[in-house]
Amino acid sequence: MLRILTVIAAIFLCSAAHSQTLDTALDRLAADSFPETEAAIAEIAASGAPNAQAILEALAARRLSFAADRRVVYADPAGQTFDARTGAAAEPLAGATVVRLNNRLRGAIGTALGLLTLTSPDRQKRLDSAESIFKSKDVISLPALEIAIAKETDAKVALALASARGSILLAKPDSSPAERLSAIEALSARGDADAMGQIRNALPSLQGDALTAANAAIAAIERRQMFIGGAQNIWYGLSLGSVLLLAAIGLAITFGVMGVINMAHGEMVMLGAYTTFMVQEVFRAYAPDHFGLSLPIAIPLAFLVAGLVGVAIERGIIRFLYGRPLETLLATWGVSLFLQQTVRTIFGPTNRDVASPSYMSGSFDLLGLQITYGRLWIIIFTLVVFALLLLILRRTPLGLQMRAVTQNRKMASSMGIRTPWVDAMTFGLGSGVAGIAGVALSQIDNVSPNLGQSYIIDSFMVVVFGGVGNLWGTLISAFSLGIANKLLEPLAGAVLAKIFILVLLILFIQKRPRGLFALKGRAVEA
Amino acid sequence: MITARLFANLDRTGIIFLAFCGLALVAVPALNLFVPEDSPFHVPTYAVALMGKYLCLAILALSLDLVWGYCGILSLGHGAFFALGGYAMGMYLMRQIGTRGVYGDPVLPDFMVFLNYKELPWFWHGFDMFWFAAIMVLAVPGLLAFVFGWLAFRSRVTGVYLSIITQALTYALLLAFFRNDMGLGGNNGLTDFKDILGFPVQAQTTRIALYMLTVLSLIGCFLLARAVVTSAFGKVLVAIRDAESRTRFMGYRVEHYKLVVFVLSAMMAGLAGALYVPQVGIINPSEFSPANSIEAVIWVAVGGRGTLVGAVVGAVAVNFMKSVFTTGALAPYWLFALGAVFVFVTLALPKGIVGTLQSFSGRGKASPPAPAAVAPQVAE
Repeated sequence: MLRILTVIAAIFLCSAAHSQTLDTALDRLAADSFPETEAAIAEIAASGAPNAQAILEALAARRLSFAADRRVVYADPAGQTFDARTGAAAEPLAGATVVRLNNRLRGAIGTALGLLTLTSPDRQKRLDSAESIFKSKDVISLPALEIAIAKETDAKVALALASARGSILLAKPDSSPAERLSAIEALSARGDADAMGQIRNALPSLQGDALTAANAAIAAIERRQMFIGGAQNIWYGLSLGSVLLLAAIGLAITFGVMGVINMAHGEMVMLGAYTTFMVQEVFRAYAPDHFGLSLPIAIPLAFLVAGLVGVAIERGIIRFLYGRPLETLLATWGVSLFLQQTVRTIFGPTNRDVASPSYMSGSFDLLGLQITYGRLWIIIFTLVVFALLLLILRRTPLGLQMRAVTQNRKMASSMGIRTPWVDAMTFGLGSGVAGIAGVALSQIDNVSPNLGQSYIIDSFMVVVFGGVGNLWGTLISAFSLGIANKLLEPLAGAVLAKIFILVLLILFIQKRPRGLFALKGRAVEA
Repeated sequence: MITARLFANLDRTGIIFLAFCGLALVAVPALNLFVPEDSPFHVPTYAVALMGKYLCLAILALSLDLVWGYCGILSLGHGAFFALGGYAMGMYLMRQIGTRGVYGDPVLPDFMVFLNYKELPWFWHGFDMFWFAAIMVLAVPGLLAFVFGWLAFRSRVTGVYLSIITQALTYALLLAFFRNDMGLGGNNGLTDFKDILGFPVQAQTTRIALYMLTVLSLIGCFLLARAVVTSAFGKVLVAIRDAESRTRFMGYRVEHYKLVVFVLSAMMAGLAGALYVPQVGIINPSEFSPANSIEAVIWVAVGGRGTLVGAVVGAVAVNFMKSVFTTGALAPYWLFALGAVFVFVTLALPKGIVGTLQSFSGRGKASPPAPAAVAPQVAE
């Protein structure tokens, strides 16, 4: 051990000198005596030469050889020979001698190689090697780790290095109590399930202070894990909530504002998803290089397709049924069957393949939370759609007329508003928004003719829970239902959680038949 | 005397209907049993079972018409009561299999052996006795309807909101029954029945007996529903349908009336389900699917809501159409046809077949008028 430490000390003493050190080191190798080779290993590792790692690996594998004229060459695993001094390809030497090794030298090479990666300028490489030492708990890496820790400036890498050192010290049978304590501290700072596992495994070998510290560390990590788990569930809940909101937001217009029970709402979502599929097909055929553009282009198209179908339904069927909500329900159910079957006839009953552009895939890590880009985009997209819709209702002439017609149809008509036109536009808007939802849902759900059916009951629940005619209520209701569902899932399982939410909703409607945020005043009576 | 009361309230439509039922009761079994098989008048056994199935669905439609047509409660979850009754009967039939199952366990049905159940779940006890199962067929849907209705009507959940939460109810049950942990066969449901009351389910005579029992139940349910809607109680129901607040202001406890008729209707639906299961030989969670319940509503709408006879006519007509469409080359078009029926009936035929016929013949006035197809007055 002491020998290894001197090797490492030598590495850092020598690190001031640069490429000359490689030359002297190779001269030492050519001497082919064990002490000289040991010094050479340290010097090569410290030389900072680009081929230092290759030379050391070759030395360990007995692929490094020298000639009487002190030329040194090495072969890579493929058998190609290089000149050690220049790094350039070279002819194999005639009559060369392979540098001899013993076990201590092999250990020294291993340490030197580990140190090379542990102090590599590439941050990711440092992290990876610290992580692999953390897993392997290889005592041989300890000296290299100590030096790397002293040198490290990046906080995250330092943490990884410290926890790797902790895992070794904790597992080592001859560690001192003080070392064990510091090891537990380091692992506790790391704070993930792996660290907890290592502390757990070490528990039987611990006594006194170390045992107390270990138990405290386990408890702390468990708390932290629970917190992260909860946060992760809330994130999933937000994600589910945004999906619910997307599906329900169009319904919040047609059902909430107009009071029309549109059972074909889910099919508008489906039409949006199939529009996305069509756009992607066109992109695949004619512009595969710009595939990322398919979603931005699909959004307005889906709005148009679903919106036009919506206007057609309103003009063709629903306008004859105003004031007869139950009949509207039945007729629009018929429409939904019709649309499903149409899509099934055209596209077939199986799932169609809608791809995710590159920016929708992958994930990143935020304070221990796994966040996927696809879900993040959908949440952002949902909020943007919501804000736009709010803007349309509050700030545009169409929105003003819509609200006027909703509040008092006759008065609005007397003021010169073309109420039938407003009806058609409102319904078209709600349907179009459902179509947009379809674009987003095509990214996370199967695009099949039954896509809409799976959302219709949930959507109605969201709108009714939030309070009919209240967009903010819909927002809050969607997110609270989503989060409640995801928080219940680990306790009860996915299906039971959903049943539980449905039952809760049924009970809730008994208490507040008009939802969380009920409209007050005359509009209620209409 | 009760019988006299039941028959006293019949109008002409009702009498024609009962005559048809009587004919179906006698003629179909006779044509099956006594006419030789090569005769064109022979009714094959599978057709008897098929007609029995239609008539079970007709009882379901009748129960729905009672609440929707006469009390304005549009339940989109009546399929749940139907399926619960079916499951109660299915559990009895499962217990009758005994050692004849694939695994030969004398107590546990096959799927429980498969899922490593050690003993019978508590709610399966008693279903080896027919009388217990028969009570459960009515009691379970009735109890669910009572609890659900008591909560919903008391807090005045009406109209579309009620429709949506009934739909949520059947959806929740659908999800629940799909679970294997539920102890009711999960995805596959209950099937492979052997005996009912000691008679083999598949046998020709059992099928005919079940068919005749179904016709008798239909007649019984019709007479009962008819008695309800023509009584003073029924007049209050119609008043609730047409002007709920006004009825309440006149001092009627609207929620009690609704609750009674809702529970009665749920029990009828449960009975229909119980008769349905031995005739089709399977009950599985898809019976709970919201689409089924909505389809039942359209039977009533096609036949004419608020006529009782119309519900039966609609159920038989639509299901006959379905059988024709879904077998053969027309299969892909069935949903187009069904969708078109939904739209056409609501737009062009709001009174349904029977309602329209009655108003043509001018004698429709004898029965309570079909619900007015006008917009309710908006309070402004």
